Amino acid sequence: MNLRRVLLTTRRILQQLRHDPRTIGLLLLVPSALIGLLAWTLSRRPSSFASIGPQLLGVFPLIVMFLVTSVITLRERTVGTLERLFTLPLTKGEFIAGYAFAFGLLAVVQSMLVATLSYTWFGLSHQGIPWRIGLVALCAGLLGTALGLALSAVAHSEFQAVQFMPAFILPQLLLCGLFVPVGQLPAALRLIADVLPMTAAIHAIAPWQSTAFYTDQFAIMVAYILGALAAGAATIRRKTK
Amino acid sequence: MKRGKITVDVAELRVVREGSEILHSLSFRASEGELIGLLGPSGSGKSTLMRSLLGVQVIAGGALQILTKPAGARSLRGKLGYMAQGSAVYLDLSVEENLHYFAGVLNEPREEVARVLEVVSLTSFARRVVSSLSGGERTRVSLATALLGSPPILILDEPTVGLDPILRRDLWDTFKKLAESGTTVLVSSHVMDEAARCERLLLLRDGHLLFDDSPTNLLAASKSSSYDDAFERLIEQHS
Repeated sequence: MNLRRVLLTTRRILQQLRHDPRTIGLLLLVPSALIGLLAWTLSRRPSSFASIGPQLLGVFPLIVMFLVTSVITLRERTVGTLERLFTLPLTKGEFIAGYAFAFGLLAVVQSMLVATLSYTWFGLSHQGIPWRIGLVALCAGLLGTALGLALSAVAHSEFQAVQFMPAFILPQLLLCGLFVPVGQLPAALRLIADVLPMTAAIHAIAPWQSTAFYTDQFAIMVAYILGALAAGAATIRRKTK
Repeated sequence: MKRGKITVDVAELRVVREGSEILHSLSFRASEGELIGLLGPSGSGKSTLMRSLLGVQVIAGGALQILTKPAGARSLRGKLGYMAQGSAVYLDLSVEENLHYFAGVLNEPREEVARVLEVVSLTSFARRVVSSLSGGERTRVSLATALLGSPPILILDEPTVGLDPILRRDLWDTFKKLAESGTTVLVSSHVMDEAARCERLLLLRDGHLLFDDSPTNLLAASKSSSYDDAFERLIEQHS
């Protein structure tokens, strides 16, 4: 893997976004606005916000980054730029890594913004440490990017890519413990829920757990991020059938 | 017709897409310095042939040697300048941002961008975002990308579609100059009149190569006065 070509690709993607301030605005502000809205709806029940707010910090960045990444990578294929790149000395790994860096950077900014706003303006008081929540938001954003990259390779149109959201993200939302604590799920569902990345994000935010428990949750998330990036590199084909 | 070293060697190429054969046992060779027109109606397999040469199309049979390496070989990446149908550049980047990216991937110096912009007469458009350009201007951005690094082989898929006659003439002059400097230039078109611009014609129909010779011989052999008529007679002979 050639780092120079990876960073060139990252710069090119960020330049594309710079020409599209509306997308940047949506990317950075939507998760914060949603958490703000949640804080407002629960303003008469501050204890509820304290428990649900941080959990959603692990969910919203995932959804937003998933959608943006899958659509923008798919566009590379429909416009033909990906095929052109594959006639040049750019490897699939460099292509994927370029995207992961560009959106990873956005995920960092997005997660810092949402965590900072939550603890100041939205009045979040939570028994966890703010940096851990910021880290979970970052992992969620990166995971969304990685899943978006992997799935855009199997989608045939932007329309399909968007349809993957309810298919891959919403089941995790139902199982992650947001609606029903994972411990109260039927046994079979619990087995599935325990190994899903969104569940790990929710667990990593929970207060009063051991360091080993938190380490495990982050390990699960990182494993999913790396696994999805590898799957993305594997599913993209240099040659068309 | 000058003959340099063989750069492209296609032997009994077959391509099957979604169960139907698109190219049927196609064979031809091309050499350094040749300007070849790949002509045929839309759907005849021109793009598929070009994409096979580039190594981005799975082939069902036959052999494709480019610069003595099998098509798609890692060492060939960047050796074939490719201009795809449509523009295949980033619409949301400026002209020079596009070219700087592709030049960077090819490890070409920044001056190379200025040079290719000059060739396609787009220097004054360097800072314009591609989506704000007309179809013909986008085509030229894409062509400029293909010219980066002066690759020994150029594969240009319908580069003159939708361009005004003066610009089309200028581009053909550019292709001729590139061929004279030793580049193998393969240009596709569905407009038969462009046949006259080439030294050699490959006529493709339904995935069969119907003709491979000079334009003057095409007219002579079919006793026709126009290329459209000549193509019609060729089809009648083959069916």
